[in-house]
Amino acid sequence: MASSNSLMDSLFQRSLEDLIKGIRLHLLGESSFISKSVDEIRSEIKLTDLSTKSIALQKLSYLAALHGVDMSWAAFHAVEVVSSSRFGDKRIGYHAIAQSFSDQTPVLLLITNQLRKDLNSSNEYEVSLALECLSRIGADDLARDLTSEVFTLLGSSKAFVRKKAIGVVLRVFDKYPDAVKVCLKRLVENLDSSDPHILSAVVGVFCELTTKDPRSYLPLAPEFYKILVDSRNNWVLIKVLKIFAKLALIEPRLAKKVADPICEHMRRTVGKSLLFECIRTVLSSLSDQESALKLAVAKIRDFLVDDDPNLKYLGLHALSIVAPKHLWAVLENNEAVVKALSDEDLNVKLEALHLLMAMVNEENVSEISRILMNYARKSDPLFCNEVITSLLLACSRNSYEIVVDFDWYLSLLGEMARIPHCQRGQEIGHQMIDIGTRIKDVRLELVRVSRSLLIDPALLGNQFMHPILSAAAWASGEYVEFSKTPYEIAEALLQPRTSLLPPSIRAIYIHSTFKILVFSLRGYFTAQEPISPPLVQESTSSGSSAVNCFTYKSISSLMNMIELGLRSLSGTLDVEVQERAKNVLGFIGMIEHEIAEKVTGQDNETAVSSAIVFMEDVFSDELGPVSSTAQEKVPLPDGLEIKENLEDLQEICGEFLKPIFESNSNTNSFSASDKISFSVTKLSIRDQQEASSSSSPPPESASLLAEHRKRHDLYYLSSQKKDEHNDSNGNNNTLNEYPPANEISGDSFNPKKKMNQSKPRPVVVKLDEGDDDLKTKPNASSNDEPLSRAIQTALMGKGMGKEREKDNHEKILDSGIKEQSSGKEKKTKKKNGEKSSKHRSRRRSDKEASAAKPVEIVDFLL
Amino acid sequence: MIKAVMMMNTQGKPRLAKFYDYMPVEKQQELIRGVFSVLSSRPENVSNFLEIDSLFGVDSRLVYKHYATLYFVLVFDGSENELAMLDLIQVLVETLDKCFSNVCELDIVFNYSKMHAVLDEIVFGGQVLETSSAEVMKAVEEISKLEAASNSISLVPKSVSGWRGR
Repeated sequence: MASSNSLMDSLFQRSLEDLIKGIRLHLLGESSFISKSVDEIRSEIKLTDLSTKSIALQKLSYLAALHGVDMSWAAFHAVEVVSSSRFGDKRIGYHAIAQSFSDQTPVLLLITNQLRKDLNSSNEYEVSLALECLSRIGADDLARDLTSEVFTLLGSSKAFVRKKAIGVVLRVFDKYPDAVKVCLKRLVENLDSSDPHILSAVVGVFCELTTKDPRSYLPLAPEFYKILVDSRNNWVLIKVLKIFAKLALIEPRLAKKVADPICEHMRRTVGKSLLFECIRTVLSSLSDQESALKLAVAKIRDFLVDDDPNLKYLGLHALSIVAPKHLWAVLENNEAVVKALSDEDLNVKLEALHLLMAMVNEENVSEISRILMNYARKSDPLFCNEVITSLLLACSRNSYEIVVDFDWYLSLLGEMARIPHCQRGQEIGHQMIDIGTRIKDVRLELVRVSRSLLIDPALLGNQFMHPILSAAAWASGEYVEFSKTPYEIAEALLQPRTSLLPPSIRAIYIHSTFKILVFSLRGYFTAQEPISPPLVQESTSSGSSAVNCFTYKSISSLMNMIELGLRSLSGTLDVEVQERAKNVLGFIGMIEHEIAEKVTGQDNETAVSSAIVFMEDVFSDELGPVSSTAQEKVPLPDGLEIKENLEDLQEICGEFLKPIFESNSNTNSFSASDKISFSVTKLSIRDQQEASSSSSPPPESASLLAEHRKRHDLYYLSSQKKDEHNDSNGNNNTLNEYPPANEISGDSFNPKKKMNQSKPRPVVVKLDEGDDDLKTKPNASSNDEPLSRAIQTALMGKGMGKEREKDNHEKILDSGIKEQSSGKEKKTKKKNGEKSSKHRSRRRSDKEASAAKPVEIVDFLL
Repeated sequence: MIKAVMMMNTQGKPRLAKFYDYMPVEKQQELIRGVFSVLSSRPENVSNFLEIDSLFGVDSRLVYKHYATLYFVLVFDGSENELAMLDLIQVLVETLDKCFSNVCELDIVFNYSKMHAVLDEIVFGGQVLETSSAEVMKAVEEISKLEAASNSISLVPKSVSGWRGR
C-alpha cells in the first residue's frame, strides 16, 4: 500500500519545471500559488520515497533562492536526500544543504559521515559535490573531523578533484587552524605544480590567506617570486601580485626585488586586467620604487584617455590610491580629472571629485571651488550634493586650514545655499556660526551674507534652507553691531513667510529680533547722552545713513513693526515661540511710554536706560566655540543623579508634563542654550520692574542676580570664563551639535596666525583638543591568531628543512613537526627576539611563542 | 573572494542568486532588490563597476554586465581584480551560450539545476577555480550523464516493484 502510494505521488508530482511554468502562469496571484506549492512540498517531502522527496527539496530550494521562501525547516530532509545512492538526488541534497545550512543548523553534524563517505568515493563527481558542500558550510567540527580526508585529496592524481580540495583548504584552515600542521606542506608543494588549474587554485588560496595575515607567509616569498617571473597566466599573475602587494608593505626589501618583474609585465602584457593589477600593486605597495612608479603613472594616462568608461574609472581610482603620497601624479593629469567631472557616469564623476579634493590647497582652493560650483549648479541633485559636501569638508578641515580669505569663503557658503538642489543646509549653517564665533574679523561679512539670505522671501519655502536661515538669523542678532540696516533685518525676521519655518527656528528669529531691538534702543539712548562713550564705533563711523543715528521716529516705528509682527504670535500653539514673543512684547510694553516721555521731558529716563543697558550687557557676552570634548570636563556635581530612570515620573505627572516634553524635543540645541540666557533676561526684567516701582537703584537687582547665580551656577552661561556647562537636563549633545553656547576657559584657545603675501589671514580661534581622542585605536590583536601561529610554526619547519624532508608527510601528520621546527628556531630566536610582540601568545609556552615571531627570508633577498 | 553571483532581468526578477556566505532568505531578497535598484538607475554605456559598501559591507565591489534582458552581477571583495571579474562574466556567458546554444532568458529560467552546475564549476566556495569554458562544459556534461543514468536505473525497478506489489 505504501509503495503504491508513493508511486501515485511520484507519478502526479509536479516537477520543478511544472512549478516554474505554474509561477509564470500565475503572474497575478503569484504569492498564493507559491504558498500553495510550499504546502504541496511539505507533504511530498515527508514521504519515504527518496526521489519524490528530492524533487520536493529541489522545488523548495528553487523557491528559497528566487522567491525568498524559508527552507530552514527542511534541513533534516536535506540530510535524508543527500544519503541517497543516486547521483541526481545526492546533488539536489548537497545543493540544498550548501544553500540553507548555517553554523547553527542543529542537524549539521548529521552529515559528517555522509561527507566522509562521499569524499572517499571513487566517483570524482561525488567527491566534488562533497567538497563544494564543505567549502560552503564547513563548521569547526566538520573541518576538524574531515581534515584527514581533505589531506588525502590534496594529493589526488585527478586535477579536477585536487583543485577543489585546494579550494576547500581555505575554509578548513579558517575553522580549524590545527589543520595547518597536516595540510600546509601539501598545499605549498602544489605551488610547484605545472598544471595551470592547480596553480591557479593554490595561488588563490594563498592570496586569501595572505590578505588576512601577511606576515606569516613571508617565508613563501621565493615560491611566489618564481611564479611571478615564470607564469604567463593572467589569473595566476593577478593573484600573485595581490600577495606581493601585501608582503611588500611589511618587507621593504621585497619591494625592490619585485619591482623589475612587475615592470616587465607592465611593458609586455596586453591584458588590461593584469596591467591594472600591476599598476595598483606599484601604487599601493611599491610607490618608493621610482622607475616603477613612473611607468605605472604613464600607464594610468593611457587608461584616462581611453574611450572605455571602465578603464577611465579605474585610472581615476588608481590615481586616488597614489594621491596621498605622490600628488604630482594627480597634478600631471589634472586636465583629464577636470574633464571627467562632466562625464555621464556618476562613478567617474565621483572619483574625479575626490581627486580634485586631494589636490586642493590654499592657493588653488578658490579656483577649484569656482569650477566645482559651476558643475554643481548644472548637475543632478546627487552629484551636486556630493560636490557641496566635499567642498565643505575640504575647506573646514583642521579649523579651516586652507581658507585664507574668509570673506570669500562666506560668500561661497552663501552661493552654495542658493543652489536649488542643495541639501546640506545643516552643515552650511553650522559652518556659518562656527566661523562667526571663531573669527572676529569676518563678522561684518557674515552679517552681510546673512542679510542677503534673510531678506529673500523665496528661500523660506525650501526646508533644506531652514538650518542656514537659522544660522543667518542668529548671526544677524548676535553681531547686530556690524549691521548697517538693523531695521531692515528686523523686518526680514518678521516677514509673514516666516510662518513656514519650524517653531524652533522661528524662536531664533524672534530672539534675534529682540537683540536688534535692544541694540537699537541702546544706540538711541547713547545718541541722547553724549557723556557715555559710543559703544559701537564701527556702525556709527561706517554708516553715515540716518538709520543708525536712531531718532525717536525710527525707534518707535521699529517698535511698532516688531509689536505688530509678534502680536499674532503671542497666541501661537508652540510654547517656545509664544514665550519669546511675549517676552519681547513685555519688554516693549515696559519701555514704550517712557520713550515717548523722553521726547518731551529730559528727565526720568534712568530706569529705562538702565534696563536697556542691562539687556545690552546680557547680550554683550561674546559666545565662543566649544570643543567637542568640553562636556567631559565638567565635573559631576555631588548628588546629581544622571542614570536614574525617570519613567515613573512621567507616568505620575504625564499629562502635566507632556507639552513641555514636546516643546523640548522640538526646539533644537540652539534654542535650548538660548533659553538659559532668557531665564536671565526674564529675571532681570522682573528686577527692573521692581526697581522702577520702588525707585531703588539697580545694584539690588544685580545682587539678587548674583545671589541667584551663586546658588544655580550650573545653569548660567559662563561669562566668568569657567568651565561650566548646562548639563542640568542631561541633554549632553546640545553642546556637541552647536558650538556657540558657552565660552570655555581662555587658555584653551589657541589663536593661530597665518600670513599670506596678499592678505593677512584673520585669526581663527582653535580648540586644543580635536576629535582625535575620540577615534578608536585600531585593534592590534588579530582574530586569526591561532591560524597565523599554526602557519608560522609549519612554515618555519618547512623553510629550514625543505631539502631534507621532501616526501615524508607521515612525519608531518603526527605532531613531530612542532618539536622539529621549534628546535631549529632557536637559532633565529636570538636574532629577532624583540622584533614583534603582535603575535605573541600569552597562553602558550615560550617555545611556541618564539615560533610565532616574524621569520626571515633566507638567501632570497640578499 | 566572490561574495555573490546574481542574474536578474531588467524588470528586477531574480533568475539566479547564489550567496557564498550564509544569509537568511529575507536578507538575500533585500540585497537582490537593493542591487537591482542601483543597476536600474544607471544609464547605458557607463562603467560596469560599483562600490556598494552600503549593501555588502566594507571593501565590497560589484561588477555587472547587461545582456539583452538580463543583468549578470558579481559581488566580490578586495582580493579580486575588477577587470578579471568582468572577464569572468564573459566566461560564464560564453559557457551558457555553448550549453544552451544561443542562451536566452528562458533557458536560464527553466534550467535551474544546470545553471548551478555551470556556476559551481567556475566558482567554488567563492573562489574562481575554472576559467576555461571547455573544461566547464566537460564537467557539466559528465554531471548530466550521471544524473540521467541514475534516474533511468531507478525508474525501472521502482515501477516494477510498484507493479508487483499489487
